[in-house]
Amino acid sequence: MAKITLNDLRHSYMPNPQSPADYALKRLDLEWRDGGAYALLGPSGCGKTTLLNIISGLLIPSHGQVLFGEQDVTRLPTDARNIAQVFQFPVVYDTMSVYDNLAFPLRNRGVPEAQVDKRVRTIAEMTDLTGMLRQRASGLTADGKQKISLGRGLVRENVNAIMFDEPLTVIDPHLKWLLRSKLKELHQKLGTTMIYVTHDQTEALTFADQVVVMKDGEVVQSGTPVELFEKPHHTFVGHFIGSPGMNIIPCQVSGGQVHVADHKIAVGNAAKLGSRNGMFELGVRPEFTSFAAAGLPVKVAKVTDTGRNRIVDTRLGNLSIKLLVENDAVIPSEGAHLAFDPGHSQVYDNGWLAE
Amino acid sequence: MNKTVNQKAWFFVLPVVILVAFNALIPLMTVVNYSMQETFGDNTFFWSGVRWFEQILQSDRFWASLGRQLFFTFTILFIEVPLGVAIALTMPKKGPWVSVCLVLMALPLLIPWNVVGAMWNIFALPDIGLLGKLLNSIGFDYNYTRQTGDAWFTLILMDVWHWTSLVVLLAYAGLVSIPDAYYQAARIDGASNWKIFRFIQLPKMKRVLTIAILLRFMDSFNIYTEPVVLTGGGPGNATTLLSIDLVKIALGQFDLGPAAAMSLIYFLIILLTSWIFYTLMMRNEEQ
Amino acid sequence: MTLELKNVAKRVGADMHIYPTDLRFERGSFNVLLGTTLAGKTTMMQLMAGIQKPTGGEIWFDGKDVTRTPVQKRNVSVVYQQFINYPNFTVYENIASPLRVAKLPESEIKARVGKFADLLRLTPMLGRKPSELSGGQQQRTAMARALVKDADLVLLDEPLANLDFKLREELREELPRLFHDRDCIVVYATTEPTEALLFGGNTAAMQEGRVTQFGPTGEIYRRPQDLTTARVFSEPPMNVAEVTKDGNQFSLDGVINWHATGNLTALPDGRYTFGIRPHHVTPAKPAGESVKVNGAVKVAELSGSESIIHFDMLGNPWVSLTAGIHPYSAGQKAELYMDVAHGFYFAADGKLIGM
Repeated sequence: MAKITLNDLRHSYMPNPQSPADYALKRLDLEWRDGGAYALLGPSGCGKTTLLNIISGLLIPSHGQVLFGEQDVTRLPTDARNIAQVFQFPVVYDTMSVYDNLAFPLRNRGVPEAQVDKRVRTIAEMTDLTGMLRQRASGLTADGKQKISLGRGLVRENVNAIMFDEPLTVIDPHLKWLLRSKLKELHQKLGTTMIYVTHDQTEALTFADQVVVMKDGEVVQSGTPVELFEKPHHTFVGHFIGSPGMNIIPCQVSGGQVHVADHKIAVGNAAKLGSRNGMFELGVRPEFTSFAAAGLPVKVAKVTDTGRNRIVDTRLGNLSIKLLVENDAVIPSEGAHLAFDPGHSQVYDNGWLAE
Repeated sequence: MNKTVNQKAWFFVLPVVILVAFNALIPLMTVVNYSMQETFGDNTFFWSGVRWFEQILQSDRFWASLGRQLFFTFTILFIEVPLGVAIALTMPKKGPWVSVCLVLMALPLLIPWNVVGAMWNIFALPDIGLLGKLLNSIGFDYNYTRQTGDAWFTLILMDVWHWTSLVVLLAYAGLVSIPDAYYQAARIDGASNWKIFRFIQLPKMKRVLTIAILLRFMDSFNIYTEPVVLTGGGPGNATTLLSIDLVKIALGQFDLGPAAAMSLIYFLIILLTSWIFYTLMMRNEEQ
Repeated sequence: MTLELKNVAKRVGADMHIYPTDLRFERGSFNVLLGTTLAGKTTMMQLMAGIQKPTGGEIWFDGKDVTRTPVQKRNVSVVYQQFINYPNFTVYENIASPLRVAKLPESEIKARVGKFADLLRLTPMLGRKPSELSGGQQQRTAMARALVKDADLVLLDEPLANLDFKLREELREELPRLFHDRDCIVVYATTEPTEALLFGGNTAAMQEGRVTQFGPTGEIYRRPQDLTTARVFSEPPMNVAEVTKDGNQFSLDGVINWHATGNLTALPDGRYTFGIRPHHVTPAKPAGESVKVNGAVKVAELSGSESIIHFDMLGNPWVSLTAGIHPYSAGQKAELYMDVAHGFYFAADGKLIGM
């Protein structure tokens, strides 16, 4: 168990990278405390899997260092790093039983059989595999096999970290729920550092204490789910996190005041606007947008029912602004006006939070 | 997803059906016909029922040939399959050397079989052949034209040289299809190279190995050209394998009846063994 | 133009893949087939398209019996989960392919391809091959190809399943727009209840080869006629528990009691299965009637905007979904409120008998 530090980490798959575009991972400096639950969140191609493979040792970075505690493990092979990894697609040893699959990592390291048995049974119970221990691994369903993969990742005690590379991809939504919360439970019980890579914000936000949002090989923001939700540093984070994502509304800034279509809007970072003048962007989440008696005039375009509330899609000219309303709330059909919670409205300059 | 049933598709198959019927089915039927008749070669036929079959099955000559054939086939399977797999394991999966290796492996398979026989015939000659001269100079008393043991040794060596590549290429195809994630997971699990082989590579190669073994079995059981050119079946009849014996009877002695009966028995042996082997391998997989 | 399935069934060997089903889709309707992975959605769609023949029953399209008509003769297009495109054709050629099969004049082909490329935002990529496109772009190409044919029946088999979370969101919004002003019948298969709700239209809930309920989506969601449908149509999974009715009271294990109101009082005394959706079990007391519930928290997932609390409800694993941040540690006792007015009561045979 150790603190994980990434120092000036960069990676390019090409032998002679010339421009930033040649780098899959642009400069990264991160520090993760021991025992935390972390998520790497981003769209396909953002570099999250590359980063994961660098940490686990399956890839050697072209530049920079990876430290476990004080030890520089950058060039150490995977088996020497004492980590476990769960892959996107179930990896099981077909010829072995479920029990033997789970025991495999322990037996390879010469753990005495009595201890192996105890540990395998503990993990089997945690992952609901106890009834199937004697079955041949090849006969299980996709989620059963993924549980075996998961179990094999958890079975070793005292690993430095466990990596999860989009592990719930092949699982049905119903089981996804159960497995996800199970993973969080497991983290709380075992206390090992867990790093979870995904493009699914629900998975990332519910699992992790700290989420690293990535785009095009760079870290855009790193923070707790609440921080990312309430105060996104970049419009990308605002858009990527939250379903639906943040509303981005063009606004006019002059003399410290913000106007949208001639309406004055109170914003949270008004004090940081300084001498900015011109067109910027106002970011406010649908959760903090509401109908009001007076405010920005909009037309109601569409109402979608999500079961537990409704998403109202309103139009300001060609721009779409969304908000959430309760199931039994009244939606004005004519002359709707929108108000924004000032504490959660921010001005963004060129994508970044104006500070 | 099921395919749509479309009767017109049968017409595409018709030309092939006609060709196969002409080249294979009709001769097969002719052979069955001959196996139950007696002839003096002058186109008069007398029904003899299963007499030829009885004669063959009671003939020592037949059992001797069969014995030699079985010995040959199992020896080369025993050598070629593990060797082929081992070579496939060492071949690179990615990078510039892949094509080079594949071409090198394919080369022995491209040589016409009688040329292979001729090559080894000269190569192993005790006085002027490279191999023959070398072995004799080291101290072995080597002469494949006179000594049975040496003849067998050369025969098997030739076959291994010629056909191991097939096993290599098939095994390689099987290996290359294993996703990287398996190897990564195994490394993380701390598995040794042997364990990776036993628990990942071998199971994943099962299908291709079945095909490889089946092909080698049938081909080696049928083998004719190379041994004939190499040793002519000799010395004496030391390396007279089944097909060589068959040809001697059929063409050498014009005994069409016994030859036909022998071919059929031969055919049935191969069919039965292949079927047993295939069923065993496939049943194992289904479990 | 209607698609009618009359007693359609599919038997393979000894297994019933689809039990005798009656369905009727009207022209211009958007229909969702909702169910888990092996529910039979794909088989059902293949039967509708004519790719598979039913072993029982008939399929009528527009008043004509098309059961024996092969798929090439029917006017159907299909979009698959894996992005299926002709790898050696450009995007333009891919979209044009069904029109070329129909031998339309070149000018017409150009016009139609242009229109749909525009609709699916593919115009800048018309000259590229599928291997040069991202996942989302490939899938949009497949959709354009399906739409350009102007088929009477458009089948979409989990088309968004292989896409990133955010991309899925975007395409989900676009889809109804694409079909908005067309006459065709759209059938969309998915495993996610949220998608069904977001699309609206009609939903057929499926489980193990049976359609358990078919009707307007909102109605199925609010009035599932049996426990199976309620379970299929609930994400997070529905909370269930056994309750006993005694006189005017419902009792859960004798510990939690509440009054029967309205038509529920007329129900005979006995045991029922009680179901309530997670967002009706909250830490905050709702306005109106509610029942207090105590449970030990197993794990609390905080996603920035919502909290998902997994707790033990007298031996049943229950979930509470609520807006806002409610951090609970594992083992902590939670005090939650159940809005029983939104509960469902199912009889022993699974049928809904009260709510």
